[in-house]
Amino acid sequence: MAPSISTFRRAICTRVNASRFLASPSPFRNFSSSTEDSTPFTVDIAVPFKGHKIEPPPQVVETSAKELMTFFKDMSRMRRMEIASDQLYKSKLIRGFCHLYDGQEAVCIGMEAALTREDNIITAYRDHCTYLGRGGTLPEVFSELMGRKDGCTLGKGGSMHFYKKENGFYGGHGIVGAQIPLGVGLAFAQKYEKMKAATFLLYGDGAANQGQLFEALNMAALWDLPAVYVCENNHYGMGTAEWRAAKCPEYYKRGDYVPGLKVDGMDALAVKQAVRFAKEHALSKGPIMLEMDTYRYHGHSMSDPGSTYRTRDEISGVRQERDPIERIRKLILFKEIATVSDLKNIEKEVKKEVEDAVAKAKESSPPDASELFSNVYVKGYGSQVFGCDRKHSTATLS
Amino acid sequence: MPIVNRLCRLGRQIYGRRTFSTQTAAMKRMNLVSAINNALQIALESNPRSYVFGEDVSFGGVFRCTTGLADKFGKHRVFNTPLCEQGIVGFGIGLAAMGNIAIAEIQFADYIYPAFDQIVNEAAKFRYRSGNQFNCGGLTIRTPYGAVGHGGHYHSQSPEAFFCHVPGIKVVIPRGPSQAKGLLLASIWDPNPVVFFEPKWLYRQAVENVPEDDYILPLSQAEVICTGTDLTVVGWGAQMAILHQACSEGRQAGISCELIDLQTLIPWDKETIEASVKKTGRLLVSHEAPITGGFGAEIAASIAERCFLHLEAPVSRVCGLDTPFPLVFEPYYMPTKNKVLEAIKASVRF
Repeated sequence: MAPSISTFRRAICTRVNASRFLASPSPFRNFSSSTEDSTPFTVDIAVPFKGHKIEPPPQVVETSAKELMTFFKDMSRMRRMEIASDQLYKSKLIRGFCHLYDGQEAVCIGMEAALTREDNIITAYRDHCTYLGRGGTLPEVFSELMGRKDGCTLGKGGSMHFYKKENGFYGGHGIVGAQIPLGVGLAFAQKYEKMKAATFLLYGDGAANQGQLFEALNMAALWDLPAVYVCENNHYGMGTAEWRAAKCPEYYKRGDYVPGLKVDGMDALAVKQAVRFAKEHALSKGPIMLEMDTYRYHGHSMSDPGSTYRTRDEISGVRQERDPIERIRKLILFKEIATVSDLKNIEKEVKKEVEDAVAKAKESSPPDASELFSNVYVKGYGSQVFGCDRKHSTATLS
Repeated sequence: MPIVNRLCRLGRQIYGRRTFSTQTAAMKRMNLVSAINNALQIALESNPRSYVFGEDVSFGGVFRCTTGLADKFGKHRVFNTPLCEQGIVGFGIGLAAMGNIAIAEIQFADYIYPAFDQIVNEAAKFRYRSGNQFNCGGLTIRTPYGAVGHGGHYHSQSPEAFFCHVPGIKVVIPRGPSQAKGLLLASIWDPNPVVFFEPKWLYRQAVENVPEDDYILPLSQAEVICTGTDLTVVGWGAQMAILHQACSEGRQAGISCELIDLQTLIPWDKETIEASVKKTGRLLVSHEAPITGGFGAEIAASIAERCFLHLEAPVSRVCGLDTPFPLVFEPYYMPTKNKVLEAIKASVRF
């Protein structure tokens, strides 16, 4: 029997009223101050942590309105930045290689929420957002991508080589897996200098099969170093699905004798909880391995459409169900911290920020030709390079 | 039966392999990618115990050199490996040691260094240290090398010099599609481990008529591309196109250059280069890799030693600069046609 008209109308009205209630400010609450509110409240983490040889942390995490708003703004900025980079690459202002991070923003945002600048982060080449998280600015990013001298690496590194020493960001590496033994060395230095800080070594599911990871892990475990291995598992090593590259695609278990934790990498709060937990473990007991279950919307790089090895349905499915920014947006709206239009305004602000940064970067000039020879060795080393005739064009490598 | 055919058949009987075809072979326009793909197909067809493996080769590879092979020959013969270069080469050595033809792909030559230990310490020395009981001659490592315009530090390197310092392996570099097909097949059938560098810049850019049938080009034999009397110019791979342009412009300026493609770097064809330098009295070597310690240095030293009294000018080298392969500065770094032309003129004027 068809429902009566009155029930039907009531149902629509209720739904409409509900959305109106969520959308418009209540006359009894002042929304503008609540976005700055640092009063902590707890949030449940939806996807359970999975531990390997360790008891996982609690499924609830403390956060605040201010933190959530910061998450939203920072992640939106990262997303916008990557989309702008896509467009710049297509218009050939960025050349070379460009590996975009959109979809994975929750990992670096959650990490930054739990870490200080004394902690070190080292990653591979998908580093634009990690750099931003470590205190990099948008003009520096775009200048570097376009090979201009105002870039973070003076325009000499490009997309894959972002660094920020003063904020503990050790880059930015082209050879996958090579950054891991380096990171273990950083952790050793931190322990030696009695810093209450840890090193977070990021790598992907592809690099997880590199031998040098395990060599360095053994060293870290033997010497109880504050090294946290973080596998950003976006399930595809370039075009190879994880189950085709690894006998054991449960990367948090690959540490064997080193404990591990699997984390929902699309949930910034879960990442924050896990990273805080991991840092405590690393400082007191030794290395631990985290697996961030995350996803990238773009292909491996700008040369990869990203749809030959996975279906468009899969990509749009993840975007609908698990997008990290949407998750925070829903939480903010549910907790009535801000309105839909507030959040839209933030997105507009962020879009303008990115556009301004791109414009500024476009005005920057390429590095001077003498920079070709600088920083090969220590400055003043004095080794000579010659042009083809060995007489006229010589330069000193500095 | 014509004597040539009889000789060919004799050659086949002795070597068990097809030698250069004397009949007019059907030609097909191919680029470097298709030529290499063709060579791999022929190899897989000829020997049921040959395998092609590497990162992402199954769907065709990042440069499409292995397109269609997995479909045609099966996933047990054309397969992907995980991301582990050391593992790939070590695995290939083992496979070859059991008498198989192992064609390993290293996705970019820049990534070959984790496998360096396996190549230098295992592959190159296996026959020697086992007193010829074992060998991994069936191993061929193919890898794209060289500048591509925007590759930066890790997608543009030319590491051939590191491998030229290792007795026990061969290093082969083709300059175009028809050479690539012949040299790759020769490398695959050669009973020594070979590292085969493919100039990635030419993958799609170089297009020419390539014989469709099975043929090999001899290893350790340099090819004189154009004869000349004033100056010998030696190079390999993608640099040959630059040298060709420089020599043409040199000819317009009245300088007659003899252009030679070395093709095999070790063991290299000393005789051809020597004969040429004895005729011209001048030598210029050019390569993309940095000048210090590059393979040009070996050629220069060797020729200076063997042809000293024939030389009219010092041996000239036009190479990459002694810096890491730069990103935005690539045009400054590269041994461009103008740099080569300057060096040609300077050598002749000496």
